[in-house]
Amino acid sequence: MTPLGWTFMFASISFVLGLISFCFYRVLTKPSAADHMHAPLDIDTHDRDT
Amino acid sequence: MSKPREAWASRIGMILAVAGSAVGLGNFLRFPGNAAANGGGAFMIPYFCALILLGIPICWAEWAMGKYGGQFGFNSCPAIFGVVGRRAIWRYLGVLGLLIPVVIYTYYVLIESWCLGYAVSFLFGWIDLGDDPTKFTEKSINYFNSFVGANQDGLMLEGTLHISVVVWMIVFAVNFVVIFRGISRGIEWFCTYAMPLMALCAFCVLIRVLTLGTPDPSQPNLNVINGLGFMWNPKPLDSDNASWYSALAQPKVWMTAAGQIFFSLSVGFGVIVNYSSYLKRKDDVVLSGLTASATNEFFEVCLGGLITIPAAFVFLGAAGATQSGTFDLGFKTLPVVFEYMPGGRFFGCIWFLMLFLAAITSSLSMLQPAIAFLEEALGLGRRGSVTLLGLITGLGSLFFIYFSKDLKALLFVDDTIGNITIVVLALVQTLLFAWVLGVRRGVQFAHEGAEMRLPFFFPFVIKYVTPVYLILMLGLWAGYEFPKYYDLTMKDTVLKMSLGIVVLITVFLLIVIRIGGRRWQAENRDPRAVLAAPPHAGSSS
Repeated sequence: MTPLGWTFMFASISFVLGLISFCFYRVLTKPSAADHMHAPLDIDTHDRDT
Repeated sequence: MSKPREAWASRIGMILAVAGSAVGLGNFLRFPGNAAANGGGAFMIPYFCALILLGIPICWAEWAMGKYGGQFGFNSCPAIFGVVGRRAIWRYLGVLGLLIPVVIYTYYVLIESWCLGYAVSFLFGWIDLGDDPTKFTEKSINYFNSFVGANQDGLMLEGTLHISVVVWMIVFAVNFVVIFRGISRGIEWFCTYAMPLMALCAFCVLIRVLTLGTPDPSQPNLNVINGLGFMWNPKPLDSDNASWYSALAQPKVWMTAAGQIFFSLSVGFGVIVNYSSYLKRKDDVVLSGLTASATNEFFEVCLGGLITIPAAFVFLGAAGATQSGTFDLGFKTLPVVFEYMPGGRFFGCIWFLMLFLAAITSSLSMLQPAIAFLEEALGLGRRGSVTLLGLITGLGSLFFIYFSKDLKALLFVDDTIGNITIVVLALVQTLLFAWVLGVRRGVQFAHEGAEMRLPFFFPFVIKYVTPVYLILMLGLWAGYEFPKYYDLTMKDTVLKMSLGIVVLITVFLLIVIRIGGRRWQAENRDPRAVLAAPPHAGSSS
């Protein structure tokens, strides 16, 4: 493993980890996220009626 | 609409479902193979360029168009394209958004069943490669060929029921049971459990691979650090060329990177448009789209990039880690790796279970667009649309099971439909969003309810850069690949029949689009009529 190899590996993984951390932090910490329930699982949508 | 529309139960469930659709075999098998063969670490430069300039912008365009179409009560690509484009031609071009997932499903479910079959085989120790290491590879190839019937056409359907056909039937049934339960109680519920389980399996295998050290002290070069180096060290394509950045001068590297991003993010599949049509007008699409893409990248770069190639290198060296195709790496080489690996039977089972979960979360997403289409075009209920689609995809799948020799039919359709038509659909979507709906209007709609703003460069990229990139990809394919495929197809009856199946499904879908168009007009749901009235936003879901 060359120094450039380490650089490419760490840069790529850091970029992706940074991106996913940012995204999930924003998604999970927004107060509105918990309010996004708009189809409770027990609602029968009648979509199986023929 | 007379019945309540389906909708996602939670935002995180929806993100996991979209990410589950994107994460598939390509993340763990295709990406590492492509990267190692196209410049190693250098491949990541065109890869991330394609992600930022192609993948994520098209994702956002798809999310926005899907949500837009959903406000008019539509969930299928033809109807949504019709409402966005306001002309019948766009409705017919929407056939690609059905054809691609349906055709890919017919063979993808087969590959998915191989993954489950291999997981079970590892669990019960059915994969016996013997005691002679020099015969491991040969026996692994023989096992795979026998499992998928690659030695002869019709082998899988002759005489007694072959084990792989039984597994296929189980996997096929599971897919349709889950999809029958609907969006929130089926797809979302399944992905909410499957995605964390998949990540757990991947972490188990990752830890095992990274702690392998130097398994064979007599070969000190075959260690995990060098395995990572084989994957990540930037290198030229041509060994005579000294500088690694010469790899970046090769158009092939850029095209492969773009193709990988397409295949990986599920852009140009018609799936995102369908999934996002179940959102409300005030739901966020920008952050959700980015999160789903980031999750896919996590599985691809952080897990796929650290497991497959290093593991193959540690036990088999550079020759073993350099494989020509996904199937070779996944189903022929890796069983040999697990044979060498301490605890290989357990980790082999975990690995193939993970691939199965990755595949099933993708295959489920391939069914929903067509089900939604059959429901809204033919007025069928869930049961009717699931039955009809089950019949079509079941027959299609049986075609690939029967014509199994050298997996010629499967590989041919994968190379054509699975590669080039997704680029065509992506181009259609990009033009529709940027040039027909209009970037300003599209961005404005995407920003409604958005929890972050689209980057400043998005309008320019989606209007100019992305279409040019896509046209270039199509041009190169037409120039270099098309003549090859044309010659191949003309010379081979099985390939002609494969193409015939694709044409047959296309014609069927076009006929149903026509019927659907008339139906929407009769119900006053024709896009032009609907657009004359304000969308029933908010009340629709």
